[in-house]
Amino acid sequence: MSEHKLNLKLMIWKQSGPDVKGKFQEYKVSVSPDSSFLEILDDLNDSLERSNKEPVTFESDCREGICGTCGLVINGLPHGPLSRIATCQLHMRHFKDGDTVYVEPFRANTFPVIKDLMVDRSALDRIMHAGGFISINTGGVPDANEIPIPKEISSFAFDAAACIGCGACVAACKNSSAMLFVSAKVSQFALLPQGQPERYQRVEKMIKVMDEEGFGACSNTYACEAECPKGISVKNIARLNREYIKAKVKSHNLD
Amino acid sequence: MVRLDSKVPEGNIAEKWTNHKFNMKLVNPANKRKFSVIVVGSGLAGASAAATLAELGYKVKVITYHDSPRRAHSIAAQGGINAAKNYQNDGDSVYRLFYDTVKGGDFRAREANVHRLAEVSNNIIDQCVAQGVPFARDYGGLLDNRSFGGAQVSRTFYARGQTGQQLLLGAYSALSRQIGKGAVESLTRREMLDVVVVDGVASGVVVRNMITGEIERHSAHAVVLATGGYSNVFFLSTNAMMCNTTSIWRAHRKGAFFGNPCFTQIHPTCLPLHGENQSKLTLMSESLRNDGRIWVSSKVADMRNPNDIPENERDYYLERKYPSFGNLSPRDISSRSAKEVVDEGRGARGTESVYLDFSDSIKRLGKNVIEERYGNLFEIYETITGENPYSVPMRIYPAPHYTMGGLWVDYNLMSSVPGLFVLGEANFSDHGANRLGASALMQGLADGYFVIPYTIGNYFAGEKPALIGTDHAEYNNTVSEVQDRIKQLLSIKGGKTVDEFHKKLGRIMWNKVGMARNKKGLEEGIGEIRELRSEFYKDVNVVGSGEGVNQCLERAGRVIDYLELGELMAVDALAREESCGAHFREEYQTEEGEALRNDEEFAFVSAWEFKEDGKWDLHKENLKYEYVKFATRSYK
Repeated sequence: MSEHKLNLKLMIWKQSGPDVKGKFQEYKVSVSPDSSFLEILDDLNDSLERSNKEPVTFESDCREGICGTCGLVINGLPHGPLSRIATCQLHMRHFKDGDTVYVEPFRANTFPVIKDLMVDRSALDRIMHAGGFISINTGGVPDANEIPIPKEISSFAFDAAACIGCGACVAACKNSSAMLFVSAKVSQFALLPQGQPERYQRVEKMIKVMDEEGFGACSNTYACEAECPKGISVKNIARLNREYIKAKVKSHNLD
Repeated sequence: MVRLDSKVPEGNIAEKWTNHKFNMKLVNPANKRKFSVIVVGSGLAGASAAATLAELGYKVKVITYHDSPRRAHSIAAQGGINAAKNYQNDGDSVYRLFYDTVKGGDFRAREANVHRLAEVSNNIIDQCVAQGVPFARDYGGLLDNRSFGGAQVSRTFYARGQTGQQLLLGAYSALSRQIGKGAVESLTRREMLDVVVVDGVASGVVVRNMITGEIERHSAHAVVLATGGYSNVFFLSTNAMMCNTTSIWRAHRKGAFFGNPCFTQIHPTCLPLHGENQSKLTLMSESLRNDGRIWVSSKVADMRNPNDIPENERDYYLERKYPSFGNLSPRDISSRSAKEVVDEGRGARGTESVYLDFSDSIKRLGKNVIEERYGNLFEIYETITGENPYSVPMRIYPAPHYTMGGLWVDYNLMSSVPGLFVLGEANFSDHGANRLGASALMQGLADGYFVIPYTIGNYFAGEKPALIGTDHAEYNNTVSEVQDRIKQLLSIKGGKTVDEFHKKLGRIMWNKVGMARNKKGLEEGIGEIRELRSEFYKDVNVVGSGEGVNQCLERAGRVIDYLELGELMAVDALAREESCGAHFREEYQTEEGEALRNDEEFAFVSAWEFKEDGKWDLHKENLKYEYVKFATRSYK
């Protein structure tokens, strides 16, 4: 535990609504290096409330890096300067006394700002509604061990399934592409035997909605992988592309 | 006195659920679309219920305060999910899982519910695998298991350290499919603020749209609450920031009895507090206790670096007190022991924490082995604390983690308000006074996938509830009550923040209604909570207006409900004059300091009926143990 405090200048994006112009507002804070980044925002809000000023709106929930609710762009990087963590796992000991820190919402046309640092990521849900599942009902399924799956395949599927749906990949991409997000789900099911019956329809349906929602194309900069808090690999995008081409070749849908 | 009917079916324990399923009335497939259900909450219980009910043909609305159903706090569960598959050929069975759970709950759970839970546990694993949940597998491609506390068999299925995430994403995928089909209407970013009860029957809910601030009305033939537990009453807990009691508390005020509110689980291995502005506590998997040794200095206020404290001045207190279970003693016992040594002033460097030391294991097994077993946990520890646990002992301390208590429900998971069902952690039902590891996920999914789909049909077919229009006078009344409450909160304009009150409440709860309780402390606690509540109404400052996004208002609404629930928890703990499971009353212990249960007088569920602010009537559901005989747990 450290006794000394860090004095920081926070430049925080304030925007009262989706159609209103936003701007950076300056706040001076003195923080413990043991605090998490979101705790200093809690503290800032507590002091703003105390002086009857409007607090900064930001979202977070589990604060363990798994729910995907939090997501801030800190000094230009989604989830901040460290790799493979979510914003809630960032601690102040990685900053220096006197630093100026810029805090912005995830930026993408598909993620409209609701207020300040809070954005609407429901477009990602809509892609999932189109095909992010295996079509089975509750009950009437085979015994779990009747579907043997090689350990390695299961492990690859897990790597893809670890996505927390935070949207950092979209925010990191200059094209606001959601390819890493979509590829993670498509890969998980394309790898597993349970996903085979709908393998090709699934990828077509998900890509269709992804395009309709206005997410951009992938231009192979790998920025998504670099910012992904769970380290989802861009190899999944390669798999997504292969799955999509195969689907188009096999498809009965000639549109 | 209201009759408290648990509706447990007749017959042998192993046949109750089967017989009940046969005896329950059915809704014919063509009529199912005429019945609507509101599901509040989208965690394991809520998402699995909403998806399954929609698959059956019911019209479903799912309401969540998250931006997406996938973010519910079930996602953070690490360890695993139990099932009686006996894939390991080590003697497991439905009966053994049932037996372990009743015993682990220290004989305060309903036998019939627990047996049903054990019966459907196997279906859950089948269901999740079919959904594509990537459980851990062995080289032959079949499912792997690990062991957990309170059991002598390996029955825990897991997906690395992210089992809750993978199971929730499975349920979310099933739910997404139904949303895509239009069978479920997904209402995100809405917080339930009250239930609407018409002529004694639940007919809908009133929610606040957290984006526009609008107060909305939703009606249905039945309401299902799956809104999780209330550990955040302690302010600091392992629960997510938004977890709250509002939906079940408001339902309680509308007539739903609250079961065993004082049964709260304090998890022994969490990261300790770093300072006043800490927002939550982080759990470290219990598995660390397999190779870590827990100790404190034998001297009071020892500020030395732990590595400088010689072996003969260390107290490995769990190994000393419980030689046969040692560092793997159950959660309640480990937590209480940590509190004892800290209360004696022997916490690590004078703080509220104890050491969890891996140096012996590193010497014995090598750093590589420890890294392989716990590498990711060590990383999490270092990310948060900045200390390297390979060279300095970890510091840990217990933290509130799970609430066994919740709304009272009968065998059909219906509360004392007809038409209001409660699932998962939000109900009181299956864990008694102490939950075993890897059983929370099991219960959430059992309730949602395999219990409510049957029992809600029986309610519809038997009671034929009417759909009440949202222009009914009772909706108007409930909306006005909700609006008045919001106006009141916004008009106080005092000098203290909402968090200040929440932190103060948390301190009272932790000190007086925490790991060890006594009559004097509980009575003081009740007084302090009441005082804090009246201070809240005089001196809180809720910034902003009721329109649009207002997170300060959201928190204020949750904290005021915690200020009421906290009192009931203390009242319940005071009334239960025995120690059982996680409820430890200092007056009731053996000479060796172990929990002393009183089965003669307290083998019942406390079901509290709300009368007015600060006033409740106690109803008792007597518990009969026909299959698992009363016994004292011993870990010496």
